[in-house]
Amino acid sequence: MKQFFRHFKYIMGENPVTVLSFSMFFIIIFFALFGSWIAPYDPYVTDAANTLSPPSWQHLFGTDNLGRDVFSRVIIATRLDLGIAVSAVAVSFLIGSILGCSAGFWGGWTDRIVGRLSDTIMAFPLFVLAMGIVSAMGNSVENIIYATIIINLPFYARVSRTEVSVQRNAGYVQAARLSGCSDTRILATQLFPNILPTMMVQVSLNMGWAIINAAGLSFIGLGVRAPEAEWGIMVAEGATYIVSGEWWMAFFPGVALMLAVFCFNLMGDGMRDLVDPQRRT
Amino acid sequence: MSNTSFLSVKNLSVDFKTRNGIVRALDKVSLEVAKGEVLGIVGESGSGKSVTAYTVMGLLDDAGYVSGGSAWFDGINLTKAKESSLRDLRGREISMIFQNPRAALNPIRPVGKQIEDVLLRHAQATRHNVRDKAIEMIDKVKILEPEHRYHSYPFELSGGMCQRVMIAIALACNPRLLIADEPTTGLDVTTQKATMDLIQELTRSRNMSVVLITHDLGMAAAYCDRIEVMQKGKVVETASVNTLFTNPQHSYTKKLIAASPGPDSKLENLTKSTLEKDETVTDEGVTADIRSSDSIAEKRPDVLMEVIDLVKIFPKRNKGSFKWPWQKTDSTINEFRAVDGISFTLNRGESLGLVGESGCGKSTTSSIITRLLDQTSGKIVFDGEDITQIPASHFSRLPQRKKIQMVFQDPNDSLNPRYTAHDVIADPLLHLMGMRKGKEMTEKIEQLAAMVGLPLHLLSRFPHQLSGGQKARVGIARAIAVDPMLLILDEPTSALDVSVQAVVLQLLNRLKNELGMSYLFVSHDLNVVHLLCERVMVMNKGRVVETGTAHEVLRNPQQDYTRKLIDAIPHFEPERMTKTNCKNIKLEVSQIA
Repeated sequence: MKQFFRHFKYIMGENPVTVLSFSMFFIIIFFALFGSWIAPYDPYVTDAANTLSPPSWQHLFGTDNLGRDVFSRVIIATRLDLGIAVSAVAVSFLIGSILGCSAGFWGGWTDRIVGRLSDTIMAFPLFVLAMGIVSAMGNSVENIIYATIIINLPFYARVSRTEVSVQRNAGYVQAARLSGCSDTRILATQLFPNILPTMMVQVSLNMGWAIINAAGLSFIGLGVRAPEAEWGIMVAEGATYIVSGEWWMAFFPGVALMLAVFCFNLMGDGMRDLVDPQRRT
Repeated sequence: MSNTSFLSVKNLSVDFKTRNGIVRALDKVSLEVAKGEVLGIVGESGSGKSVTAYTVMGLLDDAGYVSGGSAWFDGINLTKAKESSLRDLRGREISMIFQNPRAALNPIRPVGKQIEDVLLRHAQATRHNVRDKAIEMIDKVKILEPEHRYHSYPFELSGGMCQRVMIAIALACNPRLLIADEPTTGLDVTTQKATMDLIQELTRSRNMSVVLITHDLGMAAAYCDRIEVMQKGKVVETASVNTLFTNPQHSYTKKLIAASPGPDSKLENLTKSTLEKDETVTDEGVTADIRSSDSIAEKRPDVLMEVIDLVKIFPKRNKGSFKWPWQKTDSTINEFRAVDGISFTLNRGESLGLVGESGCGKSTTSSIITRLLDQTSGKIVFDGEDITQIPASHFSRLPQRKKIQMVFQDPNDSLNPRYTAHDVIADPLLHLMGMRKGKEMTEKIEQLAAMVGLPLHLLSRFPHQLSGGQKARVGIARAIAVDPMLLILDEPTSALDVSVQAVVLQLLNRLKNELGMSYLFVSHDLNVVHLLCERVMVMNKGRVVETGTAHEVLRNPQQDYTRKLIDAIPHFEPERMTKTNCKNIKLEVSQIA
């Protein structure tokens, strides 16, 4: 553990972009965990006397059409958006890499089935596919997660398949066979850790993508519904007021969304360096 | 500057920026190359041979920079010159042949086009005659059917042919200096000889200077006029070939010479002049005469393994047009007999060498015996049991797995980069001995590490933090962890430096005597095999062409193929060498005159 922290410190010192992305990541995590304590107002309490007020010291990000504090709502929404993205990416990472690793390792029919399956999913415009899934299964947070899992699966399956098929004949795999490891054990304990660095880049990119996806679904009215605080809905609600000059309702949740995605996109390299043992000296 | 030396490197120092501060790769290196001279730079990995070459070419990595000294080529200061003028020099005046020809050639361009590129870049040809010139070059490096090969892609050519193409590219513009950086690593001995002879012939005829970088003293002796020995970024000795081998001055040179196995060398002599105590394995086992153990084996022929008529056929890729399943293909054409009916026996405690060039089937044979691959037909009776009955995919979890273990060729590739040395050795203990993580296992691992001479504090390191020799030790410790009866050594020393090779060979011999294992030693180098093995089997094209005691096969080969193999190994026997060297000097004198 001590070694890990030393390594972490080194990776941070090497690249300022990594420092930036990781600190943004920790801020996002902090908001997600302790948002309800930080938020100055209750995000669901309306205030009829104070609707559509522009940003001020009382209301940093202004208030919306029902007088709710936009700042509090943006902070509260972090948990929901991050929750959807993390759980969806985690599950599709798990299922996708199991499918992909098996396909790459055993080849043959496993490979063909997994390959055609991911081709089929990729053949659809992915956002439209997610829309279809959510509207067919009903508007709920779980269904957004299921839809995000399905459209992310092929990416993990493909990356892990390629990586495993490159490394499956490496000397250390043969050596593990000689040490009495079964195929499944070789996959799980020998090969999988070695494809982790590449997968990490994919994970961080997909995280940003999954957040956009969830917000996008909510924006078009599928998925999370008002009055729930969620960045996508907030942008959608604010969009009608931009014309009349109340820009803050859509602007601040939009910025939050952008920063979150930006942060995850930047994190990829740092995450890879962190899990790559070759970088340890 | 003197009138003869036209490459002169003076007190050149090169530093590299790394995570742990600045590392000095070259420390005040000086060298001179005269016209028509062949200078050998010899040293082990990490000694700075390649860095010297790259600095001269101006191809240093971004992290490296010249911190002192200079390199002059024909009045131009190479370390200060602009990139654009260096670009004109490269290929035109100074050329380089790289270590791995496959990596150095562009895989998606026909080789002929790649030769044309150089010619056009340096205006040695026009659009109209460039094709003819390229074909002429292919012809000059003795590739058959140059017209046809002009269109070949690198993957269609063998390793030796790729290196010939590299030579053609390097020599296309008639440069005055050729730098060859380990030009024959990864090639068979016979191909190595052919390639080196070709380089020698072409450069001699053009009076070209050559800097030959190699770790192989035998090769340096055979092809160089003068040799510089490098160690840890410094030049420790410079001498003509003759003086260097007959009267080496520096202790490191002596160590290198002693460690290079020749046809007469004995295992215990390899490290005699070794000064570094930590690398030396001091033990009594080594001194046990190989021949005496041979006679013991003859007295009680206790057969451990009998291989009977082993055959492995690989299907060849169908090169013709696409065929539907119902269209019959002629199966006899589309097969490749990698192992074609070989039979042999291996006694308990005996070590058998398996020698041949790449593609002769020796690796396939060893894979089948280790049960990593299924045979097509034939039997292997191991310890009274036919192990070919068990398919390879089921073998890994059976108790028999323990009895046959293997040491792999490439210590980098065969250790999982994410496992520490401790975990690597623990792996077989966990799965084959049923041990649990805990004190008992830690003790066993420490005992194994002590056996192979691996310092205990290295156990917590990852493979990339270990040196080549240490990695080899970890690989050996893993293989002997489960007390196997048969250990298959698949070129265990080919990736190692000579002095490390010597120590590892001694270690293997000691372990054999201590643990009573049998060895199947797979190698392409007969000189190394005879050090460790009593009997040798020579393979060619999937068949055994010759079997006999190691001494007999090496001294008195019966088959042409074996003789060819033995002749191709470069030696530095003083008597023979003096002759060739005299010839070289004569040649030089006549050229200067």
